[in-house]
Amino acid sequence: MQTVRLQQAPFDPGAETNAFLAESAGAGAAVTFTGLVRTSPGDPVQTLTLECYRELAENQIGAMVAEAMTRFSLLRATVIHRYGTLRPGEPIVQVMAMAPHRGDAFAGAEFLMDYLKTDAPFWKQEQTPDGPRWVDAREEDSAARDRWSSDG
Amino acid sequence: MKLLYFAWLRERLNRDEEEIDPPAEVVTVGDLIQWLRGRDEAADLALQKPELVKAALDAKIVRHDAPLGDAKVVALFPPMTGG
Repeated sequence: MQTVRLQQAPFDPGAETNAFLAESAGAGAAVTFTGLVRTSPGDPVQTLTLECYRELAENQIGAMVAEAMTRFSLLRATVIHRYGTLRPGEPIVQVMAMAPHRGDAFAGAEFLMDYLKTDAPFWKQEQTPDGPRWVDAREEDSAARDRWSSDG
Repeated sequence: MKLLYFAWLRERLNRDEEEIDPPAEVVTVGDLIQWLRGRDEAADLALQKPELVKAALDAKIVRHDAPLGDAKVVALFPPMTGG
């Protein structure tokens, strides 16, 4: 079973995790990942605004979750992704993968995060004391995604 | 067809969508980008590095050599930064 939710409203990572675990269907492993809005003293971020092309995001994320389900024999997978304006510390994204064994659950969650970074149509803009700046796509993120295409 | 822009492309062009009616010789996404560049200076500047422009036809990501066909919605956007 796969679930994709795109929303502006905040979500509660703990409650989402518990709801996910409550329907374990005999699985032996669940991996959940939460991505947060970052900031640091040397490079403060006041807010992060995510722009989203919703229709494309539904297509892209739906396809990547379906691929993860097949490739890692997942029993369940869920992606929750927010857009709009968020403050440091707020959850942006939650990825949850459930499988018979932990190896596939870890790999499935990591695969989904790597693909979300480069293939999900969101664009991040940080508001900083020096003004707004668009977050550039990172070469490391493309490399992280591409290692999944060389068979593993 | 309807054209959508996102992120810094939207900002630089100062619009998030427009209706366009390109001539028949505009066959592919790449042709469309070049045609848009020829229309006004802001577009020429914003699209001067086509390798930084991604495209989708009717909410499916395509390469620049994809034919526009009878797509109703074309989207142009910078590399994605999700997650």
